[in-house]
Amino acid sequence: MINLTWKIGGEAGFGIMTTGHMFSKIAVKHGYKIFDYIEYPSLIRGGHNVYEVRVSDEEIYSQEKKVDFLFALNKETYDLHKEEVREGGIIVYNSDNFKLNTGEKERNVAIYSLPLSKIISDIGAQKVMENNVALGATIAILSMEINALYLIIESIFRKKGQEVIDKNKEAAKAGYEYVTKNPPDGFDHKLLPRKAEPQIIATGNEAAGMGAFVGGCQFFVAYPMTPSSALLHIMAMYGEKYGVVVKHAEDEISVMNMAIGASYAGARSMIGTAGGGFSLMVEGLGLAGITETPVVVMVGQRPGPATGMPTWTSQGDLQFVIHAAQDEFPRIVLTPGDINEVFWLTAEAFNLAEIYQTPVFILTDKYLLESHASVPVFELNQVKINRGKLISFEEGDIAENYLRYKVTEDGIPKRALPGMKKALFIANSYEHDEYGWSTEDPKERVRQVDRRARKLETFKKTISKQNVYGDTVADLSIVAWGSTKGPVLQAMKDIKGRSDKIKVNFLHITHAWPFPADCVGDFLMKAKRTMIIESNSYSQMGLLIREQTGFDIKNKYLKYDGRPFYPEDIQNKIMEVINL
Amino acid sequence: MCETHNMIQTNLYDSKSPTWCPGCGDYGIWASLRTSLNQLGWGAEKYAVVYGVGCSGNMTDFIKCHGFHSLHGRAVPNAEGIKLANHELTVICEVGDGDCYGEGGNHLLHAMRGNADIKVLVHDNRVYGLTTGQTAPTSPSGFKSKSTPQGVIELPVNPLSFAITQGASFVAQGFAGDTIYLIKLITEALSHKGFALLNILQPCVSFNKFYGYAYYKERIYRLEEDNHNPESKEEALKRVMQDETRIPLGIIYKKERPTYQDQVGVLAKGTLVKQPMNNPKEFTSLLNIFTENPL
Ligand SMILES: Cc1ncc(C[n+]2csc(CCOP(=O)(O)OP(=O)(O)O)c2C)c(N)n1
Ligand code: SF4
Repeated sequence: MINLTWKIGGEAGFGIMTTGHMFSKIAVKHGYKIFDYIEYPSLIRGGHNVYEVRVSDEEIYSQEKKVDFLFALNKETYDLHKEEVREGGIIVYNSDNFKLNTGEKERNVAIYSLPLSKIISDIGAQKVMENNVALGATIAILSMEINALYLIIESIFRKKGQEVIDKNKEAAKAGYEYVTKNPPDGFDHKLLPRKAEPQIIATGNEAAGMGAFVGGCQFFVAYPMTPSSALLHIMAMYGEKYGVVVKHAEDEISVMNMAIGASYAGARSMIGTAGGGFSLMVEGLGLAGITETPVVVMVGQRPGPATGMPTWTSQGDLQFVIHAAQDEFPRIVLTPGDINEVFWLTAEAFNLAEIYQTPVFILTDKYLLESHASVPVFELNQVKINRGKLISFEEGDIAENYLRYKVTEDGIPKRALPGMKKALFIANSYEHDEYGWSTEDPKERVRQVDRRARKLETFKKTISKQNVYGDTVADLSIVAWGSTKGPVLQAMKDIKGRSDKIKVNFLHITHAWPFPADCVGDFLMKAKRTMIIESNSYSQMGLLIREQTGFDIKNKYLKYDGRPFYPEDIQNKIMEVINL
Repeated sequence: MCETHNMIQTNLYDSKSPTWCPGCGDYGIWASLRTSLNQLGWGAEKYAVVYGVGCSGNMTDFIKCHGFHSLHGRAVPNAEGIKLANHELTVICEVGDGDCYGEGGNHLLHAMRGNADIKVLVHDNRVYGLTTGQTAPTSPSGFKSKSTPQGVIELPVNPLSFAITQGASFVAQGFAGDTIYLIKLITEALSHKGFALLNILQPCVSFNKFYGYAYYKERIYRLEEDNHNPESKEEALKRVMQDETRIPLGIIYKKERPTYQDQVGVLAKGTLVKQPMNNPKEFTSLLNIFTENPL
C-alpha cells in the first residue's frame, strides 16, 4: 500500500492554499486518492499556514499525524513540524528564507535545501510564481510527471492568456529541473502514475454547493462567515449559469427572512452560515416552523461561543441547532460525515424541506467544509426532485375552499403559492386556524400543534436505519456523528491493518433529528463496550442518546481544542477501552 | 373614525372584522388600501401583502388575499424574498413605525439602496400601539411614555429624508384622516416601479392623544398644490427638513431607476418560480469543474 503525507507550511500570503490544492489535483491526476487538511489563523497576512495532503492508492478517510514530506517555506514551519516527519521522510526547505546549520540532520530524515528566490530570479519570474517552483520540485522529488502540473496551470490560467501560462510553466519547470540536477539523498518515496477512474476533488462547501444546484436550489442567500463563506462564493460564482438567484444580504436576520419570503412564494431556498450567524436567525427559524415554509439551512460549526475560534473546527452546536427558537415545531437535522454524504444529503434536504414543509439543516463543521477529499464522480441520474404536496398554479387557480393549514392524517397539508387565483392563504406567524387566520382558540391551537408534530412522525418512519461499519460482533462499539466519521473509519482501518483480533464496530449518525432512537438503541443494546467520540466538551450527542434511548455511554472521547480528531489518537482510545 | 368610510367597496372581501380601537387611524389606512386595490382592479393573483407585528400588522386578518404575517421588524426582507421569487407579484408591506424604523431599520436601509421593488406602507403613529404605549423611534424628544416616563432623550428619526438620500425611488406621505388623498397615494405607490416608501401619519387614539386628527389637520398641506417638483432631491429634502408647523402630504420624491430584480441576470429568463427546474443531467458541466482525470 502507498501512503504518503505531504505538508507545506509558511506565512499567509505565499499562496499555501492554492499550492496545496494544486498538489491534491496532481496526486489525483496520478491516479491516487487524497484527503487534505488546512490550518490557518484568522488573519489575512502573517501567521502560520499549513496545508497537508495525504495520498494513497487505497481508500483514505482522514489526515494523519505523521508526515513523509515536509516543505518548510519558513523557519517556523521547520521548527513546529520537523518532529512529525517519519523515518525515511524528507524536509525540503527554502534556503533563501532561512539557514539550517549544516549537520542538522534529523534522525533518518533527508534534508534538502531549495533556493526558491534564486531559482525564480534566475528565470526572471515574479515572486508570486514561487509556488510553482515548489510544486515542480515536489514533483521531481516524488518521481511524478511534470505534465500533470502543466495541465493544471493551463486550466487555472486559461482566461489570463498564453503568456501567463508559459511563465508559470517555466517556473514549474525550473523547480523540477533544479531537483533533477541536484537529486536528494536518502529519500525514495515515489508516486508513479497509476490507472484510475476520474475523481471529484471537493471540500464540504463545494460538495454542498453541487448538492444545492443539483437538488434544484433556486434561491440562495447568505452573509459571509467562516467556515461557510466559500459556499456563498460557489453559489455566487455559478448561480447565474445554473439559474439560482444569489444574494449577499445585509445581515443574517435578513438572510433567514429573505429565504422564507422566497420559499413562501415557491422558490427552493437555501441559506449558509456558522453558529454566530445562525444565532441571529433563530426567531426567523421559528417563523419558518409555524408558517411551514421549507428552507434548507447549512450551519458550519466552529468553536464558540460568540466569535470563538473562527478558522478551527467544532461540533458544539448540535443541541443548539436541535432546540433553537421558542416552543416546539418540527425540524430535520442532517449530519453528513464526508464529501459524498454532504452532496447527497444537501440535494435530499430540498426534497425533505418541501415534503415536510419545514426547515431542514445540514450541520457541518470547518473540518468537513474546508478539507478536500477525492470521491468517485456523483451519479447525477440518481438525483430525484420531489416537491411534496405543492399544488400547481393551474390547480391553485381553480381550487375551491382551499385550506393551507388543513388538518390531515400525515400532518402535511397541500401547499399553495401567492400568485394563485383561488387557493388563497395567509402564512401566519401567529397561531392560526386551517385557513391561516390568527386564532387563540384553545382547541384550534392544539389541533395545529398536533398536526405539525405529526409531520415529524411521518418523516421518522423513513429513517429507521443509520450506517453501521465494521465487525458484526465487536469488543467495542463506537458512536459518532458528522465529520468525525472520517478519523473513526481511518482508525478502524489502521487497526485492522495491525491485527485482525481487535473487533470494533461503529454507528455513524447522519440523521440527528428527529432522533433515530430505535436504531441507536438497538445498536447500543447489542454492544459489549461502548464509546462516543465527538468535538465538544459536554458530549452533546451522548446526552441526546441518553435522553432519547436511556443508554449512558460511559467511555467518551471528547475534543474541543479546535483541532480535528486524529486516527492515531482514536486507535489509542480504542485500545485503552478494550484493555480496561 | 373618519368621514369617508361609507364610500369603500368592501364586498370583494370576506375577512374577519377589525379589532382596532374605535377611532384608530388604522381603519382609514385599511379602507384606503382596499379601495385602492379595488380601483386598480387587481385579482388576488396579482399581489401579496406582508405585515409586520403591531396593531398595524393585525390588518392581516381583515383582508382576504395572499398574505404573510411576519415577525416584528422583518416584513421587508420577507417581501424582498417574495419579489425575487415571483416578480410578477406586487409586494406590499404593511408595517408599524416601531416595526420598520426601529426593530427592522437595517433592512429598510438596504432595501432602499437596492431599489428593491416593494411597496412599504408605514403606519406612523409615533408610539408603540400593540404593546400599549411605549416610545417609538418617531416620537419626539421629551416624549413621555410608559418606557420613558422622564421623556425621550433621542431625536426622532426622519424616515423621509433617510429614504430620499438612501436610494428609495418613491417617497411619499399620507394621512389616515384624509382617505380620499390616501387612496390616491397608495395607488401611486403600488403603481410605482421600484422601492416605494409611503409614510402614513396615523393617529393612535389610545396611547398618543397629542398627535390626534386635530394636530395633523391643522398642519397638513398637499404638495401638488404647493408648486413642488418631486423630481428634485434638493427640493424634496427641503420639504422634509422643515419643522412641523407645516406637514407635507403627497409625493415628495420620485425618480425611476432600475429595480433590483431588473439587474439580476437569472430573472431575465423569466419569473424564478415559473422557470423549469434543471434536469440533474445538465449539471455534468458543473461536476466537471471539480473533476480531475488521470493522466
Ligand atoms: C422580537 C419582538 N420584540 C418585541 C415584540 C413585541 N412587540 C409587538 S408589536 C411591538 C411594537 C409595536 O409598535 P409599532 O411597530 O409602531 O406598531 P403599532 O402597534 O404602533 O402599529 C412590540 C415591541 C415582538 N413581537 N417581537
Ligand atoms: S392602540 Fe392605538 S394604534 Fe393600536 S388599535 Fe388602538 S388606537 Fe390603533
